[in-house]
Amino acid sequence: MRARVRRTIAIACAVLLPVSTAAADDLRDLHFGEALYYAHQERWFEALQRLDAEIAQHYGVDEPELDSLYPHIKAANFDVGDFELRYRMHHRAGRAIKAVLEADVEPAIRNEAAFRLARIHFQKGQPGDALAVLGRIDGELPEAIRDDVEFLRANIYLALRQPAKAVEVLRELQGSETLVGFSAYNLGVALLQDGRAEEARAQLDRAGRLDSRDPAALAIIDKSNLVLGTLFFEAAAFEPAERSLDRVRLEGPFSNQALLRAGWADASAEKFERALVPWSILAKREATDAAVQEALLALPFAYSKLGVQGRAAVLYGRAVEAFGEELAKLDASLESIAGGKFLEALAREEIRQDKDWVIRLRSLPDAPETFYLASLMASHEFQTGLQNYLDLEDLRKKLVSWRTSLDAFEDVIAVRRAYFEPLLPEIDKQFRALDSQIRMRVEQRDRIDARLQHMLIAPRPDYLATAGEQASAQAIAALEARIAGANTPEAAAQRLRLRRLRGVLTWSLETNYHARFTDAHKHLRALNADVDAMTARYDAFVRARQAATQSFTGYAASIEDLRRRTGEGLERLALLMERQGEMLEAVAVQELKARRLQLEAQQNQARFAFADSYDRAAKAQAK
Amino acid sequence: MSLVDRVRRVCSGAGIGLLALAICSATATDLARAGAKEPLQSLDEQVQEIKSDVLGIAAELASLEERLLYPSDTQVAVFVSLAEGETFQVDSVQIQLDGAPVAHHIYSFKEVEALRKGGVQRIYTGNVRTGEHTLEVVVAGKRPGGQDASGQQTLRFSKEVGPKLLGLELAGSDSGEVGISLGGL
Repeated sequence: MRARVRRTIAIACAVLLPVSTAAADDLRDLHFGEALYYAHQERWFEALQRLDAEIAQHYGVDEPELDSLYPHIKAANFDVGDFELRYRMHHRAGRAIKAVLEADVEPAIRNEAAFRLARIHFQKGQPGDALAVLGRIDGELPEAIRDDVEFLRANIYLALRQPAKAVEVLRELQGSETLVGFSAYNLGVALLQDGRAEEARAQLDRAGRLDSRDPAALAIIDKSNLVLGTLFFEAAAFEPAERSLDRVRLEGPFSNQALLRAGWADASAEKFERALVPWSILAKREATDAAVQEALLALPFAYSKLGVQGRAAVLYGRAVEAFGEELAKLDASLESIAGGKFLEALAREEIRQDKDWVIRLRSLPDAPETFYLASLMASHEFQTGLQNYLDLEDLRKKLVSWRTSLDAFEDVIAVRRAYFEPLLPEIDKQFRALDSQIRMRVEQRDRIDARLQHMLIAPRPDYLATAGEQASAQAIAALEARIAGANTPEAAAQRLRLRRLRGVLTWSLETNYHARFTDAHKHLRALNADVDAMTARYDAFVRARQAATQSFTGYAASIEDLRRRTGEGLERLALLMERQGEMLEAVAVQELKARRLQLEAQQNQARFAFADSYDRAAKAQAK
Repeated sequence: MSLVDRVRRVCSGAGIGLLALAICSATATDLARAGAKEPLQSLDEQVQEIKSDVLGIAAELASLEERLLYPSDTQVAVFVSLAEGETFQVDSVQIQLDGAPVAHHIYSFKEVEALRKGGVQRIYTGNVRTGEHTLEVVVAGKRPGGQDASGQQTLRFSKEVGPKLLGLELAGSDSGEVGISLGGL
């Protein structure tokens, strides 16, 4: 029994350490929000994939402070470590948190990083390192994790077998709202480890009477009552043992153990009639559970003690049958493992539809592969190995799917190449012709602009002459040239007339100059709008032309590299899955064989007891 | 002899009792597990390595996919989130882009929970030309009391050179009308 109590306590010490994801208040970065979306669904691979990419992009930009991730970068750096931890990538998680810890950051952030790193060390079974990292916490600590830090410290002390220190820390945490049940239970455990049995029992009693609606807290409250009941039982204090065990919920995860021990508490106090109640309930439950199997023997044992030998004989007979059925199931399970079906069953998709998949194992349809799966999951090594196996299976499916994607990408590229390559030379030819025209017009526009700018400081009315005025000016100049050498009176009269005409022309140019200058600017602005529109279309064309080329060139090396890495990954995965699978099968076979031995012994015991009860019943009837 | 004494004797190898097998077998399996622990740890490290490698492949593949299928000049992506503290339960979201249906998502319980906790769902990634476009969003769901809630909104946006990210925020109301507001990055 001590072994069992120790085992129960050891599990409870490592209870739920919160893994936080950043709150999405005032979320400014949609990609970060997307990573959280997957994290909240516990799809850690997808969450990491997105967050890794977003963080890498953030650190790649020239001005990170203008990037949308900037307000969240601290949370993102923590979250990436958390996600890696949840995805069971302790090495990378440790590196990510260490990077924050060693960066030049505010004390509050450094302290939170220290807490997270300590948590990783603790989860990896390195309590000494965890304590050393907690020692680096100095100064301000975020309010949200203050209790968690102290709870972790207490757990570390427990793991280091320094219960007195754990007691001190845990006493301060008894008012913590987030740790209801856990701090109370662990204080009881710490007191027990410290050899203060009386105080431990009182503390576990307090923990067992706490009230909560949280399922995790309710479970730990049940556990407090179970451990307390077991302690009283060990001390042969059967009445208080029974009272504690009675407080364990009938539907909770510790219900079977509590019912079994409650029965033994009654039986040990020679109250066999009362022992019938919990054992009768337990004997009707799922027979693969070890506690239920024990109850199948315990129930007729109680009847025989009460002198009801006939009923005892019947129940022993049923127990023999039930054990026989369970042995057949175990044999079928062992056979299915040998046949390789076990791993196939484990990798079934429906098992992993939600976060409670371990619990859902119980509801799987009866099959030799899964009869004893739930009890195998009690082993931490098996559970870790199974999670790794399932992760590897997920990765394998991903790689297989990506390999198909690479094929599809190559098809897309081939179709694009077939479409664009014949078209592009003609398009380029036409484009070059248009390009030179566009350049010429743009140069003209620029020249006009420059001339108008110059006319602001040096007016040139002749530049703004109309076509008619220019023709008139040329005609006047030609006539002046023709009569330039003549000295006749008619020539003198003609010169006078020509001078008057030039004067009229000059008058028109000078008096209309400002209006024409303004009009010229207006026309230039209109031209600018047209040139801008043309330039935009030009740029769009250049982009489209570039995109057309980029849509089928430059991918070959990437695709080739990805195909190679995918292939190598699949080979490594196959090897790892084989090794991991063999390991799981070996652990399962060991466990199931041990259960088989136990069941065989129980069946033999039931047979002897059946014969004994039958004889007694017959004798009683004869009398 | 008391039951407890019997159990203790059995565990010390003195005999066989009712409780004994369960307790002693637990110890035996613990030992068996301890033997299997070392190779599992070594495998665990290799599993971590390959996870890291596959994440690297995923990152490059995503980048390749984006360059090939959603080049930045034409890329448009639509994201869905719930307003903070929102109790409205979204059942489905349909999206039409310039009159063409492009996305229709029916939400699972886990997805709704993820949205409530602040997650943002990328519901659509595609390509559009630069210029003005319309986005029609139809939302269906339930109010906290179980009554139907729905909303429909036509939103306009301008696509320029560079990826266009559109965030749709959904908010329920007492009347059952779901508010849909558009933000963009």
